[in-house]
Amino acid sequence: MREIPTTKIIQTVAELCIKANIHADPGICSAIKQARCKETSTLAKSAMGVILENMDVAKAENMPICQDTGMVVVFVDMGEDVRVVASCGPAQEVKPKSLINLAINEGVRRGYRDGYLRASVVHDPISRKNTGDNTPAVIHYNIVSGDNIKITVMPKGFGSENKGGIKMLTPSSGLAGVEDFVVDVVRQAGPDPCPPIVVGVGVGGTMEKAALLSKEALAQMFEKNTDPVWAGVESRLLEKINALGIGAAGFKGNTTALGVRVLTYATHIAGLPVAVNIGCHVSRHMSAVI
Amino acid sequence: MNLQTPLTNDVIAKLKAGDAIKLTGTIYTARDAAHQRMYEAHINGSTAPFDYTGQAVFYAGPCPAPPGKLIGSVGPTTAGRMDAYAPDLIKAGLKVMIGKGARSPKVTEAITQYGGLYLVAIGGTAALMAKCVQSSDVVAYDDLGTEAVRKLMVVDMPLVVAIDSTGGSIFE
Repeated sequence: MREIPTTKIIQTVAELCIKANIHADPGICSAIKQARCKETSTLAKSAMGVILENMDVAKAENMPICQDTGMVVVFVDMGEDVRVVASCGPAQEVKPKSLINLAINEGVRRGYRDGYLRASVVHDPISRKNTGDNTPAVIHYNIVSGDNIKITVMPKGFGSENKGGIKMLTPSSGLAGVEDFVVDVVRQAGPDPCPPIVVGVGVGGTMEKAALLSKEALAQMFEKNTDPVWAGVESRLLEKINALGIGAAGFKGNTTALGVRVLTYATHIAGLPVAVNIGCHVSRHMSAVI
Repeated sequence: MNLQTPLTNDVIAKLKAGDAIKLTGTIYTARDAAHQRMYEAHINGSTAPFDYTGQAVFYAGPCPAPPGKLIGSVGPTTAGRMDAYAPDLIKAGLKVMIGKGARSPKVTEAITQYGGLYLVAIGGTAALMAKCVQSSDVVAYDDLGTEAVRKLMVVDMPLVVAIDSTGGSIFE
């Protein structure tokens, strides 16, 4: 059993929060550069130029790309041969009160404080008092083989998060129903989620599994789908979405989305869940292995 | 086109949807939580702690200012979330709104009826926009943190007219 001290987790999460918010994703960056060359709308082309310039300024000035530094979503792949041990005791109220949970939230607190990132989380969805340090994070744990911990930090802005959707289709809807729903969600979102966007899609599982897949898809946006059928669906969806003509910043043109990624899972004989999670052009994720 | 705040009715009347402008002068940040309070003050007949009559409101909540800077990254948030409050505030005298994304038909109606203007900035370009800010002071609702109302002095802030005073829109 390998022992990993909480200090290592705290430091890793804090660094990932800061870096992910300041350094643009290389996949997004090159997709915008390519799209800009092919853009026909003058305003949208100019908007993409400004978006790229902003990424350079953020890096040079060590400032976040976007003021919405998000609610932090963390994916943890936890090796089953790892044990987290206390190296110092951050006294916080988090649930469940496990060492790794405490450490990840402490990492978020320090990253947002030391990186001058915006605190955008309220403690209760109705009374809405800001927690002041951007905690708690939303954390998803997977137990995997091995003696490492892989941590992926995704600061998720809500301009795009608010525009996602989920639908419990039934089997007779088929692939056409899935594609129609995805395109419909993007159409409804219109210019609001900061296009050019990236579109994460989860198909199958249960309601929450589809939603989770759609979020994971955003962190694997430019990876090639190994299933040729679903790879074809991704390309076709990208074409259909770009035919909507919403365009960069909503300024029309042919660049509404930079990528579509579909993740699937087995599902029930009665169901066809589909979830769409939209990411803006600042879609952020960064990983580290401890 | 270079424009100076406060924007007069004559200047607003000449602007058309799709015009690119550069805005200089005083604007006020206000987003969800501040709007709720401004709206409640208006409905209750009390005075808001800052006078937005004839002014421009920027739907934004900045990042904290790092050492040596006046403000952290600051860019527009989704304007549609303020649609529930905007028509009444426009009726009460608010002139210009700066944000991103589409507006409801009721907001467009209020803009045409009272001679308002909706400008958009490019969402997610907040490090660049922070460079336009020459001063930043919290003037209301300090307890709201990033959502407090800040009086900003901006220079050459790049914006596009999204909905003009005749109801013309770039989103249609």
